[in-house]
Amino acid sequence: MAALSAAPAAAREAPFRTNLPLRAAWLALAAYLVYAMSLLEITWPRFMIGLDNGAKFIGRMFPPNIAQPDTLLKGLTESLEIAVLASFLGIMVSLPIGLLASRNLMPAWATWPARLVIVLCRSFHPVIVAILFVKAVGFGALAGILALSVASVGFIGKLFAEAIEEISLKQVEAVRATGAPFFNVITYGVLPQVFSRFIGFVTYQLDSNLRNSTMVGIVGAGGIGGTLFAAFQRFDYDFVCAILLSIIGMIMAGEVIAGWVRGVFLDRGKVDEE
Amino acid sequence: MNQGTNRGAPAWRRFTPAQRLARFAVYLALVAGIVASAQTVEIIPEFLYDAPEQMQDLFRRMWPIAFYHYPRGVHDALMETIHIASVGTVLAILMAFPVGLLAARNVTPYRPLNYLAKLILVSSRSVNSLVWALLFVAVFGPGALAGTLAIAFRSIGFVGKLVGEALEEANPGTIEALNAAGAPWFSVLSKGYWPQLEPAFWSIALFRWDINVRESAVLGLVGAGGIGMALDTALNLFQWDRVAMVLTAIFGVVILAEIGVTYIRKRII
Repeated sequence: MAALSAAPAAAREAPFRTNLPLRAAWLALAAYLVYAMSLLEITWPRFMIGLDNGAKFIGRMFPPNIAQPDTLLKGLTESLEIAVLASFLGIMVSLPIGLLASRNLMPAWATWPARLVIVLCRSFHPVIVAILFVKAVGFGALAGILALSVASVGFIGKLFAEAIEEISLKQVEAVRATGAPFFNVITYGVLPQVFSRFIGFVTYQLDSNLRNSTMVGIVGAGGIGGTLFAAFQRFDYDFVCAILLSIIGMIMAGEVIAGWVRGVFLDRGKVDEE
Repeated sequence: MNQGTNRGAPAWRRFTPAQRLARFAVYLALVAGIVASAQTVEIIPEFLYDAPEQMQDLFRRMWPIAFYHYPRGVHDALMETIHIASVGTVLAILMAFPVGLLAARNVTPYRPLNYLAKLILVSSRSVNSLVWALLFVAVFGPGALAGTLAIAFRSIGFVGKLVGEALEEANPGTIEALNAAGAPWFSVLSKGYWPQLEPAFWSIALFRWDINVRESAVLGLVGAGGIGMALDTALNLFQWDRVAMVLTAIFGVVILAEIGVTYIRKRII
């Protein structure tokens, strides 16, 4: 066995050569991690103290206790309403903006402003946008609705524009050749091609709005988040646990429904056909 | 489409009655949901009347942007945000890899373990990063440690899910060849799965880092470090010109991160 492997090994190249630049990159990453962790004061003793606290914390969270069932229910419904309305508003606004931003259908003077709006909407976290709207329209669900609409415009607008840019222009040309006006070119040449992807990101955005609508309450923009934050500040950890579990339950239910809706509109056979 | 061209056949319908009923049900539920929400949601009209005025007031107070505030109050917090996002992403990847391996059905052929991994991934994703931050602030006290862990735990679900899916798509031929040669478990992973996973992996990691830069900017609102702390202070003191400075800084970093990620993706992948 030894003789068998020793002779050709010298002649043959090593099967897995060492990649020096790659190793240097890994080393640089490790060095950065050490540097960043020292800067962030992430140390082992702090972590261990935290674990102690964590055990106490979890102990206080269980068993979960619904201290104020009315507030909980009201918060959850409000979050749901915020998510639904924000998705609706956001989608209505993002359709024209996404269309304007698609480079294959629109001239440059239309795509640039539309793209700027999309980038602006996308770069801020919904909670930050919610702060600004709380100042503008006061505390309550409206601020949350507007903030999440802005986030939806950023997300759906971008994906919608990308989807339109990937369509086949042959069908658009064919519809145009029949003398169809611009609006009909859009409804018969463009929209059918992007519809299935559109359903995909709408259901995704509804889901994501539902998640975020449970959070905007932290800055006073309505929904269950306010209740959650208040419970945290009162150290009512058993109520916190109950709220978290109900939020998770609502989000999972939303995910199941979104999956079902996707199934209704995009059955396997049709996706394969495309 | 599979249109029938024979004349005698019944009129072609694109969808079966069940499909049409399901679609109708979705549309109906959608409209009902929107109408019901619009009618019951609590909006205080008095606040709405002076909204344009308030908005104007807001922008007047924000202008001119307090750029002088950047070196003293914003720069360090901004760097902290980037470090939180980066360290959080690396930690997330370290924790998500084993979970992703457990979730992939071809790597781990034991159903109960698959479901356990899926449960971990779903619970990580269902809790918002702000909630993770609140939890970790309660455990570790305010500061960047809580923020980093919040980012890491929130990202496990995302990274683990995508890694698991990428592993399930791996070509079984290579794996079989390695197994047939008697390669140990770790070699199958590192020489069989990893090369196939690598492009997807870097793309996932970069994408998540980009998201994490955005998310880590708000963690400070609940005391978990980063530029959100500077934002929170400026907001509480109603120093709107400083708020504008912080927002500009966040905007700049987010745009730079996105440009960088796009550039690296084009170069490497």
